[in-house]
Order: sequence, then C-alpha cells, then structure tokens
Amino acid sequence: MIWLDTIVQGVLLGGLYALFAAGLSLVFGIMRLVNLAHGDLIVMAAYLILVLVTLLGLDPFVAALIAAPILFGIGWLLQMHVLNRTLGTDILPPLLVTFGLSIVIQNALLEGFSADSQRLSVGPLETASLPLGPVTVGVMPLLTFLSAILVIVALNQLFYRTSLGRAFRATSDDATTASLMGIRPQNIFATATGIAMVVVTIAALYLGTRANFDPTIGPARLIYAFEAVIIGGLGSLWGTLAGGIIIGVAQTLGAAINPEWQILAGHIAFVIVLLLKPRGLFPRAVD
Amino acid sequence: MALLQTQNLTAHYGDFQALFGVDIRLEEGETVAIIGANGAGKTTLMRSIAGVLKNQAEAITFDADKIGASHAADVLQKGIAMVPEGRKLFPSLSVEENLLIGAYGRKGNGPWTLETIYQMFPVLQERRNNPGTALSGGQQQMVAIGRALMSNPRVLLCDEISLGLAPVIIKDIYAALPKIKETGTSIVVVEQDIGQALKVADRVYCMMEGRITLEGSPSDLSRDAIHNAYFGASA
Repeated sequence: MIWLDTIVQGVLLGGLYALFAAGLSLVFGIMRLVNLAHGDLIVMAAYLILVLVTLLGLDPFVAALIAAPILFGIGWLLQMHVLNRTLGTDILPPLLVTFGLSIVIQNALLEGFSADSQRLSVGPLETASLPLGPVTVGVMPLLTFLSAILVIVALNQLFYRTSLGRAFRATSDDATTASLMGIRPQNIFATATGIAMVVVTIAALYLGTRANFDPTIGPARLIYAFEAVIIGGLGSLWGTLAGGIIIGVAQTLGAAINPEWQILAGHIAFVIVLLLKPRGLFPRAVD
Repeated sequence: MALLQTQNLTAHYGDFQALFGVDIRLEEGETVAIIGANGAGKTTLMRSIAGVLKNQAEAITFDADKIGASHAADVLQKGIAMVPEGRKLFPSLSVEENLLIGAYGRKGNGPWTLETIYQMFPVLQERRNNPGTALSGGQQQMVAIGRALMSNPRVLLCDEISLGLAPVIIKDIYAALPKIKETGTSIVVVEQDIGQALKVADRVYCMMEGRITLEGSPSDLSRDAIHNAYFGASA
C-alpha cells in the first residue's frame, strides 16, 4: 500500500512539473524560443503573489487572479521589446539573452526580498486531505494536478478551436506567409508569451504553497520543466503532462527508497526515456 | 487614377539589385499579367507590393494611399491579398483552417466565404479536414487561391499559380480567374506560362532583368515583340 501511495503522490507532483513545463512548451512550440529564464519567471511570479498577499492581505488564490493579468502584461512587453529582437535563424541569441535575464531576475529578487525563504500560506487547506480509494491525498496536490489538466485542456482548446490558435500555428509554420494573412508575427509571439506567463502564475501559486521558495530556485524548476517537455516530445502538451508525471513518480519512488535519491531518480528517469525514445514519448509528426 | 500603381520601384537583396525603377498600374476591375523568364523580378515585384519587402512609401500607391513601406498585414487590411509562389499552405492547419486563416486580418465586404469557395472548388469541401499539405499540387493551389479570397480583397496578386502543375490542372485553376474577376476583384497574374497569361489578361507587362520591357494589350502585342521582351532582342 505504501508503494501505491508513493506513486499517487508522484503523479500529483507530476501535475506541478507539468505546470512548470506547459509555459515553456507553449513558447517553444510557437517560436522555437528556449526560455532559460522560465524557472526564474515562475519564482518572480511567486514573489508577486507574495507581495499581493502581504500588502493587501489577500488569499493567495485571489492574489494569483490579480497577478495573472499583470504577468501577462510583463510577458507581452518582454517578448515585444526584448525577446522578439533575438529571434532569427541563429538559436544562440535567445539562449544568451534569456540566460542573462535569468541572472538579472535572480539578483533583482535577491536585492528586493533577500535570500530568506518565503512561503505562500493557504491556511487549513495546506493540511487538508481526502480519502481516494485506498490512499489519502492532500487537497493542495490534488488541486495542483487538476489545475494542470485544466491548463492543458484550455491551451489545447485555444490552439485547435480558436482563430488565435490558428494564427499561433500558422505563424509557427511560416511567419512570412502568416503576415500575408494579416497576422503580425511580433504581436502573436508577444501574446503567446503573455499566455505562457498566465500559466507561469498558476505554476507559481502551487510552487509557493507547496514548499519554500527563495530567489535562487528558478534554474532547478527550469530543469524539471525541460525534462518534462523533452520526455513528452517537443510541442505536445499532453506529452508534457506525461513527462511531468514520469519525473514526479520517479522522484517520489526514489525518495521512498532513500531520501537522498529523490532528485537524482527524476534525472535518471529522464535519461532512461531519452535513451529509449530520443524524440520523446509523443513527438510531433513534423519537425 | 489607377487603383494600384508602382512608381520607380526598386528592390535589393543585399548588394544585388532585383528591380530597377519599375512602373506598373492596375485599374479597377482589370486583370493584368506580368510575364517574364525566371529571375526577371516578377516575384520580387509581387512581394514588394504585398509588403513582404519594404520600400519607399511613395513607390507604391493603392487607392491614393502610399503603401510602399507598409507591413504586409496593413497591406492586406487595405485589400491586397496574395497567392504566394509555391502556394505556401500552413502544414499544421487543415484545408478548412487554411481557408479560415485567410480572413484573419480582413473579412472585407464581398461574396467570398467558405461556402462560395467550396462551390468554386468542390473538391476542397470533401477534403476539408485533411492537412493542407496532404493534397495534390492542384488542390493545394485551389486552397491557396481560396485562402487569399477569404479576405474579399480588392486586388488579388497571383504569383506563378501554374508552377509545377500538369497542363490539364492549370486549365482548371485558370478557369477560376474569370469568376473572380466577375466579382469586381482586380487581378495581377505573374506567369512564365505566356499562353495562360495572355488568355485572361486585359493588359500585359513583360519583365526582363528587373525592368519592364514591354506593355500592351494581348491583341496588340505580336509574338515577336513578346519574344524579344521576354528573352532579349538578341536571343
């Protein structure tokens, strides 16, 4: 029974990693931009939620609701005025610029909030749990997982059922021809990053309520997100969820065997998948 | 005043000059063909008008607006749509989505909707849910034309719509042009296939090495004149 419990906890943890990864996957899928500052943007969003919680005395969920449009705007401006300039045939400039951005965000957060660990408190919800068949699951991990599914369903609807989604896919295929359709690729990219930042806000909410965070933890979140995206096969959102779950389960199983093995087990699972399926579990047909 | 006009239009790719002071005009409701050999600058001219290549604002006027420096999206909004060379369908989009995205930047007032395009090209309706790129070349060209029409443009630029297609398919594709013309749309057809171009055109320009070398109505131009303008007098 303890193993079943461990696996269920791992699946739920996978939801958090899928949330970390969904924004990364979205941005990469549309503009082939690898955002090395993605983890730091999640941490930055967690601090924004924290500020709203402490200054206005809001519930973290309400604070995230307010933070989401603000972060959409930040993402839009960041893409429009910084990242769009780096896009082109050379993949190096976006890597360098987002790497620099990662350092800037970490240091700005360090200046503003010190190196002390912070946490978003959701009161009794933190310890609340539900019996789910033979195992008991925490309400917050369950909410995290359900949110991940909701985010993926919503992003898939947006992608495949709306005019904006068509514009995303067309621009990703061929930006020049897309502009002949009246699409402005620069705006499309900015909107995509804005939407990714809304997903980042949701990820930040659950990151901050699950465990402590400080300005330096971004890069490790980026690595989990990367691993989830790559296991899933680049560009597939359901694949990203599967990738998150594989890492989550590997981590909790590793920790159950020996607490020191938690992080290592996740990375080993990633390497095994990469050895067996170099293009990930659900690769896109074109690419 | 002409609906669409270029004045002393030049274009460069790096150090290479592709257009040297090109002047063409298109009247409302007219169909103009631009013929010329490979590398004559026809596609560059189309891409300049469509806003893919930037120019001096005053080099291109459309309905009294200076559009030479406009973004392609603005040019489309004003009512100039292009069927690009090589069709350039979006591989991630189905046939129907490829058509729908043609109306993304401009709906326009006109007869063209999914229904009327399916009426003109019934085979597209049968294959509406297929990926655009899974179709045959001729069907892809129909999608590309339909996609451009979805914005109900005032001017339709067709760049080499016969390229790579079998003669019988080319006939089908060209049969659509008079129907499009009937709706009041002005058309610019760029072609290497002189025969097709002369059949549909009210007026013809011949291009060579980035310059207009001949202009006239198809009935006025002799074979020799076209031959000389196309290949150079010494050829």
